Amino acid sequence: MSVTSQQVRHIAKLARIGMSDGEIDALVPELNNILGWVEQLAEVDTDGVAPLTAVIDQKLRLRDDVVNDGGIRDDVLANAPEAQHGFFAVPKVIE
Amino acid sequence: MSELTVKSIAELRDGLRAGEFSAREVAESYNAAVAAARSLNAYTVETPGDALAAADAADKARGTADLPPLAGIPLGIKDLFATRGVDTTAGSRILKGFKPPYESTVTANLRKAGAGMLGKLNMDEFAMGSSNETSAYGPVISPWRRKGSNVGLTPGGSSGGSAAAVAAGIAPGVTGTDTGGSIRQPAAFVGICGIKPTYGRCSRWGVVAFASSLDQAGPMAKTVRDCAILLEAMAGFDPKDSTSLDLPVPQWEKNLSSDLSGKRVGIPKEYRIDGVPSEINALWDRGIEWLKDAGATPVEISLPHTKYALPTYYIIAPAEASSNLARYDGVRYGLRVEGVKTLDDMYAATRADGFGAEVKRRIMIGTYVLSAGFYDAYFTKAQKVRALIKQDFAKAFEQCDLILTPTAPSAAFGIGETTDPLAMYLNDVFAVPASLAGLPAMSVPGGLDGQGLPLGLHLIGNELDEQTVLNAGFAIEERAGFTARPDRWW
Repeated sequence: MSVTSQQVRHIAKLARIGMSDGEIDALVPELNNILGWVEQLAEVDTDGVAPLTAVIDQKLRLRDDVVNDGGIRDDVLANAPEAQHGFFAVPKVIE
Repeated sequence: MSELTVKSIAELRDGLRAGEFSAREVAESYNAAVAAARSLNAYTVETPGDALAAADAADKARGTADLPPLAGIPLGIKDLFATRGVDTTAGSRILKGFKPPYESTVTANLRKAGAGMLGKLNMDEFAMGSSNETSAYGPVISPWRRKGSNVGLTPGGSSGGSAAAVAAGIAPGVTGTDTGGSIRQPAAFVGICGIKPTYGRCSRWGVVAFASSLDQAGPMAKTVRDCAILLEAMAGFDPKDSTSLDLPVPQWEKNLSSDLSGKRVGIPKEYRIDGVPSEINALWDRGIEWLKDAGATPVEISLPHTKYALPTYYIIAPAEASSNLARYDGVRYGLRVEGVKTLDDMYAATRADGFGAEVKRRIMIGTYVLSAGFYDAYFTKAQKVRALIKQDFAKAFEQCDLILTPTAPSAAFGIGETTDPLAMYLNDVFAVPASLAGLPAMSVPGGLDGQGLPLGLHLIGNELDEQTVLNAGFAIEERAGFTARPDRWW
């Protein structure tokens, strides 16, 4: 499988990375080179192999469903590019 | 260079306890060395006050019974670890100015053990790279040079600043992180030791995420013993990391022994690959002899899926990265590009401006392999091959107790010499399989090549068996007698 510039433009949109036509065109051969290389995995017989889900076998722990942290609004907002009235502020989304 | 900055962490610790020098003298020596080595570009932030404050606390506690293990030891911290109130940028423009209001568990553990911080260490952007050239701060320059040459060399990556700092004597020990070789390859390039423990030994909480199923923190230092000392302080169960191992931390330093009697060393035949310089294979053979001399028995083993490890990694790691890096949206922290109309445009413009080329490339690959219609063909397939790679190791460890290979397929290369992404990825050909299997692995220096550059040997252990890895590293260290240090030119 190889990607076209139209597909790369779509991937960039999904990834929310703004790209010029020139950047898209430069990425097409780069991505195809890498994808062509990873496709050698198709040679490996993986019939009946379960995909790995945990690299070191262990049970996921559960904890009590209680509030154990919080009350640090100002810390949470401290690094925001823009905060107003105790909230993160973003460009207007509804006209 | 002051004589304090050539000492190992064990020597500093013991000398402080014996009253041969004060912690303040140690911190001042290192602070001065850091300031005098800015041309290496190893540190992104210097925190001399932090090192001095920890030193003063150590000096006050000296002579009392409860002197913590790393009291008076100043360390360099890779910029991937969140440090309270100190810029933490993962080498990226998109995190410019980010000052975490919290401390990573690993650095908090080191502080609890008495360590101070010399500063934050440069790295490949979001730990994606093998040469430190993808950093938004520019590349780190290795303190090493080829014989008779002034060409700037890379210290490897992604923990390039960490590696250069130890090699140049501007930190006695440092933290690194390893996703697919980022501790081991740079350690090999600069002639120091570095260990990636079993996945889950060190908490990932507060470590900027790259590929969560692979990321592990670990120490880098001049000696195997120093790595054991630091790893003991860094490791430990943390309820804040869901994959943290709920196990006691072994006494790796106390149990350090170079007697390998009864140990079987696996030599994987698939690691003899084309294009590796004969000097590296010759060092590998010397490593086998050294381990034999320490009492171990070499056995040939087979890891049949080795050649598929790198392509597997380059599906899984970008997939996880594309998901992890979705959080950099210009809303909660870091960079925001202003002057665009809609929220969507703000995301796209911020991420276009904030991420470098290699990070964008990996996000794009990751987004593609996870997208509708391609997920099974790429991501699920890779996770299946990953299961086979893990199985290869499980079978091998029925026949052996540890595995010896070279760390990297070359010595350090020049800055700007490797421009093809695929050629760059091949740096980790020997390191990546152990990462995919979550196994402990270490690089120790073995010798110099014909150009006068360090080469490393790579030890892979079974799950949770850092001790055998460290012991074998210790045995190699004793026999290799590697004491070469770069001549100071900076």
